[in-house]
Amino acid sequence: MQNDKLIIGGHKFDSRFILGSGKYSLKLIEAAVKYAGAQIITLAVRRANTKEEENILDYIPEGVTLLPNTSGARNAQEAVRIARLARELGCGDFVKIEIMRDSKYLLPDNQETIKATEILASEGFVVMPYMYPDLNVARDLVNAGAAAVMPLAAPIGSNKGLSTGDFIQILIDEIDLPIIVDAGIGRPSQACQAMEMGAAAIMANTALATAGDLPTMAEAFRLAIEAGRKAYLSGLGRVLTRGASASDPLTGFLRD
Amino acid sequence: MVKINGTELDIAGQTLSEYLSSTDYNIKRIAVERNGDIVPKAMYGETVLQDGDSLEVVGFVGGG
Repeated sequence: MQNDKLIIGGHKFDSRFILGSGKYSLKLIEAAVKYAGAQIITLAVRRANTKEEENILDYIPEGVTLLPNTSGARNAQEAVRIARLARELGCGDFVKIEIMRDSKYLLPDNQETIKATEILASEGFVVMPYMYPDLNVARDLVNAGAAAVMPLAAPIGSNKGLSTGDFIQILIDEIDLPIIVDAGIGRPSQACQAMEMGAAAIMANTALATAGDLPTMAEAFRLAIEAGRKAYLSGLGRVLTRGASASDPLTGFLRD
Repeated sequence: MVKINGTELDIAGQTLSEYLSSTDYNIKRIAVERNGDIVPKAMYGETVLQDGDSLEVVGFVGGG
C-alpha cells in the first residue's frame, strides 16, 4: 500500500483529494492546500480585470497541478474554446470538462461532454469530464479518450452527499479509469464512504468554502479520504443479512 | 472600434502589445483570443488591431 498512487493521464499523485478554489478567500488557498494535502487544484477561466491587484496563481503553492475547468460552457464548442484558452495561460494540459445548459440544477450535459472530450483528447489534453453517472456515457467517455471520469454525487454546491451512490458504484465496478467523485460531497464521512466504495479520488469545493473553519475541514477531508482508501484496499468486512455472529469465543462461559 | 471583453474601444491601428501595455493587465497571467482564435504571446507585437475586431482577454479565477 506504500505505492498506492492515483494515476491520471500518466501523471502520478499521492493525494486523492482534488481541491476546488472557488468561493473563498485567495488568502486561504495555501492553508487549504496544505491541510488537504492536495496536489491538484481546480480553477475557472473568466474575463480578466485590468485592475487586478492579486492573481490566484500567486497564491497556489509550487508543484500543485492546476486543473482548469470549462465552467460557463453551454456546449462542446464553448468547452473546447475555454480549454484552449486555459492551456494558453500556460499551466499545463489538464482540463476538467464542465458543460451545463441548465442553470437551476447545474447538471452536466453528458452528450456535449462526450463530444468535447473527444476533441480535447485528440489535441493532447488530459481530459477529466464531469458527468452525470451513466454507464453508457462513461463508456463513451473512455472511448473518447478521457483520462478519468468525474461523476457527480449530488447537485453542485448542495453538500447533500452520495445521492447517486448506486450509479457511481456501477462506474467504479465497470470502468477501467479513475472514477473521481465530484460535486455534492458535503461531509468527510461522505467522502470516506465514496472512497470505501472504490472511488479513486474526491473533488470538493463548497464543503470547504461553507465550513466553519476551512483549513480544519480540509484536514478532516484528507483524513477521511485516506481512511476510506485504506478501508477499500484492505477489503471491507462482510455484512450479514440476518442474524448475528459472535466476536467472542462460544466456549468457556462462566457457568455450568 | 475594437471590442475588448464586451467594451468598444477606439484602438484600431494599435498593436495588441501597444494596447496591453497601456493597461494594467499582467501579461504573464492572461490569454487573448481575437475573433475566436487564440493569439500566442509571441504574436502580440505584430498583431495589429483592426476596426471590428472582437477580443477576449481572460485569466484564471477561483473555481470548482
